[in-house]
Amino acid sequence: MKLKFALRTTASAAVLCGAASMAMAAEVEVLHWWTSGGEAAALNVLKEDLEGKGVTWQDMPVAGGSGVEAMTVLRARVTSGNPPTAVQMLGFDIKDWAAEGFLGDLSEVADAEGWDAVVPPALQEFSRYDGKWIAAPVNVHSTNWMWINKAALDAAGGEAPETWEDLIVVLDAMKANGIVPLAHGGQAWQDGTIFDSVVLGLGADFYRTAIIEQDPEALGSEMMVEAFKRMEVLRGYFDENFSGRDWNLASAMVINGEAGMQAMGDWAKGEFVKAEQVPGEDFLCIRFPGTQGHVLFNSDQFAMFDVSDEKREAQMMMASAVMDPSFQVAFNLVKGSVPARTDIPDTEFDMCGKKGMADLAEAAANGTLQGSMAHGHGASSNIKSAIFDVVTAHLNGEYSAEEAAEELVAAVEAAK
Amino acid sequence: MRDRFQEWVPRIVLAPSFAAVLIFVYGFILYTGWLSMTNSRMLPNNDFIGLANYTKLFGLKHWHIALTNLAIFGVLYIVISSVLGLFLAILLDQQIRNEGFIRTVYLYPMAISFIVTGVAWKWFLDPGIGLENTMHQWGWESFEFRWIKDRDFAIYTIVIAAIWQSSGYVMAMFLAGLRGVDNEIIKAAQVDGASGFLIYRRIIIPMMRPVFLSAFVVLTHLAIKSYDLVVAMTGGGPGRATEVPATFMYSYTFTRNQMGVGASSAIIMLIMVFSIVVPYLYSEIRHGEKQK
Amino acid sequence: MSHPAQENAINAGRLTRILIYTVLIFFVIYYLLPLWVMVSNSLKTLDEIRGGDMLAPPADITFEPWRQAWSQTQIGVEATGLKPYFLNSIIMVVPAVLLSTLLGALNGYVMTKWEFPGVNLIFGAMLLACFIPFQIVLIPMARILGMLGLAGTLGGLIMVHTVYGLGFTTLFFRNYYAAFPTELVRAAQIDGAGFFQVFRRILLPSSGPIIVVTIIWQFTNVWNDFLFGASFSGYSSTPITVALNNLVNSSTGVKEYNVHFAGAILAALPTLVVYIVSGRYFVRGLMAGAVKG
Repeated sequence: MKLKFALRTTASAAVLCGAASMAMAAEVEVLHWWTSGGEAAALNVLKEDLEGKGVTWQDMPVAGGSGVEAMTVLRARVTSGNPPTAVQMLGFDIKDWAAEGFLGDLSEVADAEGWDAVVPPALQEFSRYDGKWIAAPVNVHSTNWMWINKAALDAAGGEAPETWEDLIVVLDAMKANGIVPLAHGGQAWQDGTIFDSVVLGLGADFYRTAIIEQDPEALGSEMMVEAFKRMEVLRGYFDENFSGRDWNLASAMVINGEAGMQAMGDWAKGEFVKAEQVPGEDFLCIRFPGTQGHVLFNSDQFAMFDVSDEKREAQMMMASAVMDPSFQVAFNLVKGSVPARTDIPDTEFDMCGKKGMADLAEAAANGTLQGSMAHGHGASSNIKSAIFDVVTAHLNGEYSAEEAAEELVAAVEAAK
Repeated sequence: MRDRFQEWVPRIVLAPSFAAVLIFVYGFILYTGWLSMTNSRMLPNNDFIGLANYTKLFGLKHWHIALTNLAIFGVLYIVISSVLGLFLAILLDQQIRNEGFIRTVYLYPMAISFIVTGVAWKWFLDPGIGLENTMHQWGWESFEFRWIKDRDFAIYTIVIAAIWQSSGYVMAMFLAGLRGVDNEIIKAAQVDGASGFLIYRRIIIPMMRPVFLSAFVVLTHLAIKSYDLVVAMTGGGPGRATEVPATFMYSYTFTRNQMGVGASSAIIMLIMVFSIVVPYLYSEIRHGEKQK
Repeated sequence: MSHPAQENAINAGRLTRILIYTVLIFFVIYYLLPLWVMVSNSLKTLDEIRGGDMLAPPADITFEPWRQAWSQTQIGVEATGLKPYFLNSIIMVVPAVLLSTLLGALNGYVMTKWEFPGVNLIFGAMLLACFIPFQIVLIPMARILGMLGLAGTLGGLIMVHTVYGLGFTTLFFRNYYAAFPTELVRAAQIDGAGFFQVFRRILLPSSGPIIVVTIIWQFTNVWNDFLFGASFSGYSSTPITVALNNLVNSSTGVKEYNVHFAGAILAALPTLVVYIVSGRYFVRGLMAGAVKG
């Protein structure tokens, strides 16, 4: 019985392996979490481009909040000795996999195409390891944005807020007008996204020492207590039902005027555009008050795994195709993000996209481009989760601001 | 008389299954035990660090929340599902018209995974768009049902959804048990003048003992694996109010790069489960032996 | 249900019966609510969902979401809908269910009719295996599948599901066969029937009800599994739950809830059909012994 079963499964495995080796000449297997709607369609551009060059695309989509499930699947794949060719990855995950020695070397393509000169150094931090290129960046998202309903803002004075104090004035006015001032979804990563912006608003140096360098003194400082106090203030402008809400439902509240504004990364723009809203007329995109001139980014990259020689050629072709300006434009137009190369003209992008590209170039030049903690570019995932724990617990009333700062020091220490 | 070959056939037949369970269950448990004593982070490694992960684990507030939630969830879920299942089975056993239809309706939730029903439950319980909102639209302005948004009550909404999923299955098991009861016993009791209620309490329900065992096994199995349910409905929130050991273990092992701590939580979970289940199964298997 | 249930019934008055029906109907509503939410919203347009009452029936019924979910919506880079994944799931579920059921039947047969010392211990060990949380087996299982050359294949998935189904299938058959008269087995042996002959001629023909129960249980579990499907499937063997999750849980895409609900119901259809069609046999099967300890 058992034997027959074993025979049958080996036979089918052999068939599958056989089929695989025939196609091996040019195929890439890609693990990613752009699994539905527009972003999946955008990725199809890359697939078709590669197929035009004779490379077969084997799609391995695994959905789940910022790649959580995909990373689990990746562990299983790598443990079984069968890693995918390319994997969509964020920030510190790329570094971690590189440190384990599983990633390949793209330097050949990167040097030939001069990636060095066009990818901002802050991104290169995550695309290179020990000097070697290990990943091809697809886009740059920026997370310290606010999305404002224009009509609601006009009713609340019409001035887009530029400082924390301005923000409070506008939020109060919106509240007086009977709408939800701040649309928010209570999920750890959304709480973390706002927290990022609040901390950055208290100073770029403070963000660097506290979040990126995780200096215990900065984590427990008066400034951090202030950050938590500001979180409490913002919480006062949420509606009662915020917990567990998906971010796009919060965006919908802004779109239909039920809420005034939302602090969210640039992917939120897709929701507005899809609802036929025009930037500048129906909604506004501004930097989180107090963070103008600074950009918190996260970048989706395709990390390239160390694969057997016969697969490498296709892998290099894929890396090159990802960095191709036409793909970068086509993909990022859909995704709401901006291209990872700074040498691409902004003509096809809308007002918010243009602003995003200009901000990115400026921040890259001035050294004010920093990785977003909430999106895996400020700290490794164990630290990130520890910070999320405290931020979320505090936002839900488990700690006072002072306790939260203390807990933060302890939690980060424990996660190291 | 069996010959020597026939003597060995049963063992040979059982061997592959037993070997598979030995390797794929107990072997893996041992492996997890080893991992829990290593400094494994993103991937398994072999740096032995003794019991440090366990010390760390019990220092985490997160873990204490998860344990408390499992206790609340596990007890309420198992008890209510069993009682409700029995109750519905008794009602359905009273010559009900359309019994087939009702039974199917009670049973179908078990067929569907929570990836499917999670969103529907989330919507239904959400005060903004769900039941509360509907009641308000129907004119009952003061109606309030916002447990899923409340840190102290969110875990009970998980219980509600979990009971929804499996109580029908338990009902079917009890219904089968009730149909198996010998009518003569009941008739005799009726002749003695016992009331319906008394017959159930004194005679029929005690006869359901084996069904309680099966229900217990199935429900415990589901309670421990209550992972999709929590993820789909609350994602562990509000805050971390509905974190359970299964979600804790998953997040530490796979998303927080602390595989060692994740493994130690798995071991603690297994110890807890086995310490509840083993004595129970042991006594039941023994009990069955004696009856033979 | 042909079994004479009526004699168990309480001789109740009219009022009590009304009460009983009220309670039963209340629970019918409770059990149907989520399904109602899913079905009604899958027939609405996205605008109606955004603006409206979740519990209200659709104002204009549209089947477009269903068509999209089945054959047009984007799942990964390809706009194929759920259709191709459906087939993958069936190819995976059928052998896994049959294998684990057959092994369970043989195990149950050995444990009740060919007992040898230690057999109860083996039963206990297999039963306990039902309680292992699947998350902990991912990594070591991946390594073993890699070593066997089964990583990313349907064969690998079938093996995994068979192994982790054994505990329950063995439990079901053991309990069922325990009630089967051992004298019949002994009599057949005296007539010279061997191990497999007895199984095939004596036990198997009367195992119908328990086979139904086991198949329903296994079918549901394997069909609905997500964790193993996501971790151990390959490019061409992705099961439907993984595809559904890709459709529903994409993080930064626009959420088309009507399509999601339609897809969810489509993905659940086979198990629903199995329950509805075989529901009557299911209770009969349970009755025939699965619930006896």
